[in-house]
Amino acid sequence: MHKLLKDDPGAQMVLLGNEAIARGAIEAGVAVATTYPGTPSSEISLNFFQMSQECDLYFEYSTNEKVALEVAAATANCGVRSMCMMKHVGLNVAADALMTLAYVGVKGGLVVLTADDPFMFSSQNEQDNRYYGKLAGLPVLEPSSVEEAKDMVGKAFDLSEALQEPVLFRTTTRINHSTAPVTLGPIAPRKTKGYFQKNPMSYVTVPAVSRTLHVKLLKNLDKALELSETSPFNFVTGKGKWGIVCNGVSYGYVMDALKDLGIGDRVQVLRIGFSNPLPEKKITAFLQSCDKVLVAEEGEPFLEEGVRSIAQGAGLTLPIRGKAPELFSRLYEFDPGMVRKVIAGYFGIDYAPKAKLALTDIPPLPQRPPNLCAGCSHRATFYEVKQAAEGKDVVYPTDIGCYTLGFLPPLGMGDFLICMGGSTSTSCGFSKASDQKVVSFIGDSTFFHSGIPGLVNAVFNNHNFTLVILDNGITAMTGHQPNPGVDMSLFNLGGYGRISIAEVVKALGVQHVSVIKPYKVRKSIEAIREALDFKGVSVVIAEEMCALFAKSVKKAKGKPFMVGDKCKNHRDCVNLLGCPAFYIENDRVKIDSAICVGCAVCAQICPENAIVPMKS
Amino acid sequence: MSDTTRLIIVAVGGQGNLLASSVLGEAALLSGVPFRMSEIHGMAQRGGVVESAMVFGKAESSIISDGEADLLVGFEPVETLRALNKCNPETVVITNLTPLPPFTVAIGKGVYPPIETILGLIRGKVRKLITLDATALAREAGNILAVNMVLLGALAQSGILPLNVETIRKAIGAKTKPAFLEANLKAFDLGVRAAA
Repeated sequence: MHKLLKDDPGAQMVLLGNEAIARGAIEAGVAVATTYPGTPSSEISLNFFQMSQECDLYFEYSTNEKVALEVAAATANCGVRSMCMMKHVGLNVAADALMTLAYVGVKGGLVVLTADDPFMFSSQNEQDNRYYGKLAGLPVLEPSSVEEAKDMVGKAFDLSEALQEPVLFRTTTRINHSTAPVTLGPIAPRKTKGYFQKNPMSYVTVPAVSRTLHVKLLKNLDKALELSETSPFNFVTGKGKWGIVCNGVSYGYVMDALKDLGIGDRVQVLRIGFSNPLPEKKITAFLQSCDKVLVAEEGEPFLEEGVRSIAQGAGLTLPIRGKAPELFSRLYEFDPGMVRKVIAGYFGIDYAPKAKLALTDIPPLPQRPPNLCAGCSHRATFYEVKQAAEGKDVVYPTDIGCYTLGFLPPLGMGDFLICMGGSTSTSCGFSKASDQKVVSFIGDSTFFHSGIPGLVNAVFNNHNFTLVILDNGITAMTGHQPNPGVDMSLFNLGGYGRISIAEVVKALGVQHVSVIKPYKVRKSIEAIREALDFKGVSVVIAEEMCALFAKSVKKAKGKPFMVGDKCKNHRDCVNLLGCPAFYIENDRVKIDSAICVGCAVCAQICPENAIVPMKS
Repeated sequence: MSDTTRLIIVAVGGQGNLLASSVLGEAALLSGVPFRMSEIHGMAQRGGVVESAMVFGKAESSIISDGEADLLVGFEPVETLRALNKCNPETVVITNLTPLPPFTVAIGKGVYPPIETILGLIRGKVRKLITLDATALAREAGNILAVNMVLLGALAQSGILPLNVETIRKAIGAKTKPAFLEANLKAFDLGVRAAA
């Protein structure tokens, strides 16, 4: 049985934050869960995916976050508890649905999880999604620890049903990817079927309907304010005339700092876990009991501005500070030492940080940037496109996925990237505004997510570029999740459809479509060259299974290769491909047989034919 | 800060850092020691550095600031050196001696410093440096992938964590696939002996 389905209340289990969140939803009786994978939220979905194969939970990997939210909006409006998970930028995709869903509301609880990523460990920006709660007029809950996250999810469903509104559950990477012992609670029965009670005057958002729904939303927001005032997620600890307001992981850093500084008896802490709408009365009372207040929150000054505005409304003039050059930054992640230092500085506490080491004598260390895996077919495709485009001035828009790493040396393939699906649409613009050749890259999952509309645009407006679809048969970047092009029998799962990318592209009216096998270098270069010569939209589909996925589904891999005696140390293999299976020993190129998957791409580009299969 | 112990583990993706920290988490649960840990995922399978932070004892934070680690365990020498900013003069450092040169070295974009230079730089700055060839010991134990278990052994032997050798052995039993258990325990024991 899946470990998160164990009905063993009171037992303790060591869980990753994302596992704790999934468990919390299971305990709350969630019956439908939808997502598009995105780090740091991915493991929540992975666990739901696994559990859905063992019980009557319905889970799906949707084509994108907007679709995922729309599916969940419908199930929740049948009265079924539903959850929709995404990373922070995913909510931008789902925002269109979210804003009006807030007007329509829900019947069964709907929790929309947004996993924000301060410091951008695996993201293109560090937007603070608490503003989405404010923008949509929806309640926002923010846990401070793994244990709290599990329990808070259940309360989020209750809150959603009490207000008949979706609830935004906002985490950050250090909740999602932290681990701690968690005490299991009982699992509530799942209600998997409901009923959709028709009422077009509540559900069909033509202007006349929406005008009344906006009134309803504001009334719900008033109710939410009352609940926020009394919510146990907004609490005060400690006593003293100095105040600290904090949220999320900052709460832990603040509590540790007070202990380390020995000022627990002089500082009151207001932890805000229900952060939209802010509890005005509670905050006013807190401010009235303080001489001086510091707001400790990662990201944007969301709390700080709210607290100051509340102080202004109450006619309070005490100092309230948070973001400032000498205090907290709007950039990146906080850490315990930094929070301790800012608190000490703001309240004038003497403290000596632990002596740091003098590291000026450390020589420059070789960097260890992430790299496309050994045998990754994207590397082969990038190399082939480069060869095919030799002598041309080319712009290479790229997209979100493993292949984004192709922008690094030695491949250097990737010139512009803003968001999922952006490669196809930005190519339209580049090809219009410049005489440069445009060749863009997109992965299979990203193509289904939001690449198709850009391609439709390109065909209709008669743009001129080549789109290379890197189809490695899985959503690889986030950990091998399925997408609509994946052969689900590889997972031994039935009941799924499968969509051919080539058929989709042809059906959109692309006149020049070719399919290449990137491990076949010469043929691939020829096919790409033809595509580049085509005037108009051409599409090259590079089909080869992700090397890691092939390994995990036990697809036979080739024999590893080795560098033979004919090698004249040209190092084209190393300098042009950059496969991590190569290493240099005594100034000679070697291949690590434990890493090599036998794709044979390097063997095909070696001018001396010196790279040969190992004899077993 | 004396009732907490802070441990940083650094490794190259694929070396088993996450399994090692999950064994320590399990051991802490078995021992009733409160703990929190934090990892950065995502680049693990793409040759990047994987860092885990573990805070044992009474603390609310799950990450460790610069200069605040009591213990640093490095699965790869250059990565141990790179993580030295997490240490202070009281820190104990344990490192594997077998280098895994980053790919940037192969393409001439960096130089891998000699091992003796690396060790000399660390030794002069921290309270104690424990070195072992974890890769060779893993091979001796019959599983080249058990580098993480060897280093867990050395870590257990250091006596700095509020966890004892027997409990960590038990946790390895709970977290290891049966087929690898024997080799893993042997690797662990070799690590314990090497650090003694």
